[in-house]
Amino acid sequence: MSEPILKIDHVTMQFGGVTALNDVNFHIDKGEILGLIGPNGAGKTTCFNVMTGVYTATSGTVTFDGQSLAGLKRFQITKRGIARTFQNIRLFPDMTAVENVMVGADANHKTSVLGAMIGSPRHHAEERRGRERAMELLSFMGIADRAGDAARNLPYGYQRRLEIARALATDPKLLCLDEPAAGFTPAEKVELMDLIRKIRAQGYTVLLIEHDMSLVMGVTDRIVVLDFGKVIATGSPAEVQNNPDVIAAYLGVPDDAA
Amino acid sequence: MSLSDSFRSLTNGAKSVGGLGEKLAEQPRHVRWSAAGILIISLYLLPWWPEVPVLGWIVNTPGTSFTSVITDKVVIYVLVALGLNVVVGLAGLLDLGYVGFYAVGAYTVAILSSQHANLPWLLCLPIAVLVSMVAGVILGTPTLRLRGDYLAIVTLGFGEIIRITANNSEWLGGSRGISNIAKPPSIGPLEFGVLDAKPYYFLGLTIILVVIFLLRRLENSRVGRAWNAVREDEDAAELMGVPTFKFKLWAFAIGAAVGGLAGTLYAGKVGFINPSNFPLQLSILFLAAVVLGGNGNMWGAIVGGIVVAWMPERFRGFADKRVFVFGVALVLVMVFRPQGLIPRKIRRERWLANWKPGSTPSGSEASNV
Repeated sequence: MSEPILKIDHVTMQFGGVTALNDVNFHIDKGEILGLIGPNGAGKTTCFNVMTGVYTATSGTVTFDGQSLAGLKRFQITKRGIARTFQNIRLFPDMTAVENVMVGADANHKTSVLGAMIGSPRHHAEERRGRERAMELLSFMGIADRAGDAARNLPYGYQRRLEIARALATDPKLLCLDEPAAGFTPAEKVELMDLIRKIRAQGYTVLLIEHDMSLVMGVTDRIVVLDFGKVIATGSPAEVQNNPDVIAAYLGVPDDAA
Repeated sequence: MSLSDSFRSLTNGAKSVGGLGEKLAEQPRHVRWSAAGILIISLYLLPWWPEVPVLGWIVNTPGTSFTSVITDKVVIYVLVALGLNVVVGLAGLLDLGYVGFYAVGAYTVAILSSQHANLPWLLCLPIAVLVSMVAGVILGTPTLRLRGDYLAIVTLGFGEIIRITANNSEWLGGSRGISNIAKPPSIGPLEFGVLDAKPYYFLGLTIILVVIFLLRRLENSRVGRAWNAVREDEDAAELMGVPTFKFKLWAFAIGAAVGGLAGTLYAGKVGFINPSNFPLQLSILFLAAVVLGGNGNMWGAIVGGIVVAWMPERFRGFADKRVFVFGVALVLVMVFRPQGLIPRKIRRERWLANWKPGSTPSGSEASNV
């Protein structure tokens, strides 16, 4: 548990005059569920985008599994083992649920264009493996009954889970969930918490961005709190909950109810 | 009202043809294979269709030889629509200069078999396809970093560059063009001469069938999935591990190869080409074929290619108003059926119907995920 799988070192991200991340430092240990929280605009999603290569940090380094991610393309970072979901769902709407997941599984496949054209044995083997893996993951997320439906026709809760299934299909070492519970009812949130725990039990490391405090407090091992692009607190849920800076920045006016 | 109603019933007809395909897909294998066999045989008999009573009246092209319509135009347009469908329909890259690749294929054969060498057509064919493919990569490498409208404009420029270069280069025959291009070799009784166009049709149809077979393989593989994912959401695709640039380049290269193939076929048939054979208008018509037929659906692209190639000839009876009739027909299809005659469908995975969850109970408690 002590070996960090991801280290963010002095990362600063500037967009013109706006500093979205200001000298951010934190790490994620192997096998833990880390919560990344903060008020709106604190830089949580920006942090995700720097990690997954969508943005290149103005300064600082991101180290994953002992290697720097600098200069890697986005799909290469995914192949190294970071997979993510999106705050606003970004599935492939006109493809079926199972195809969506198979795109993720293809990240580990090696069939060439020529191999696919002539139908090489590797192509057939990988197709079979991709299907099996996709169906496994859809069952695991509890949405296999709609595997053949277009992603756009799935109910909202299914779409959120499909995103997680697609990310898991890339076989990540680190799974980054960007507000997976947004728009969920309390009952669905409880289910999701169970799912996240089950995902961790499979050996994945999870980074969770979340707004909902009860979800974050209930499921995470450790929490990093961002505010205005700065890390203002790190620690266990209980520690963070009682940190006066956090209460001031995030939970609002300190009172007994908080 | 009545016009739109009658048009609706016409497009519903096209829809029920699509439904027929679906029903056929549910039939056992031997039924499907024999249906495909009958279709293919009747396609090979296409030059004799005008002699069939009712059907003949519908398909025949008064004023032009039906055989030369299907060899010079229909075969070429279908092949081109198949290739362009990979680029525009599957990968979602708007290419307005597709005629460029068609021209590269035709000019490669012309140069190698007449202008600067005397290679036989059959040897020129693979070289021309390869050269077109390279042209696709050369155009794609710098431009595929662009998206949407920007890509469309750059490709538009490419098509014009090819035409204008050919026009101004004596080495490429200049505006006079290149004549005496080699013809395909005769195979037994099939003689590729100037009088009988049928052998060219058989050759073209055979090539189309091979291309369909190969493209279908690609569509149903990780390559097709990657193209679809790029079209649907390029950023999400890249973040799910799809090397988007590589697959976009492949789409361009494969599309260019098929376009070049169509060019070699055309050059071999007519024996003479000049730059005015490759105007911008042709790019637009090719694109119209794909969009009209059903962007992203191979069968749609084929139907679109047939319609766009054949309809202006069918309406030759309207004399100089035929282009107008053709234009109105295009507008009507786009108004009443914007997704095309045979629209892209959600892929039904045949294996999914027979899928058994195996050891994994659906819902929860997955053991070895």
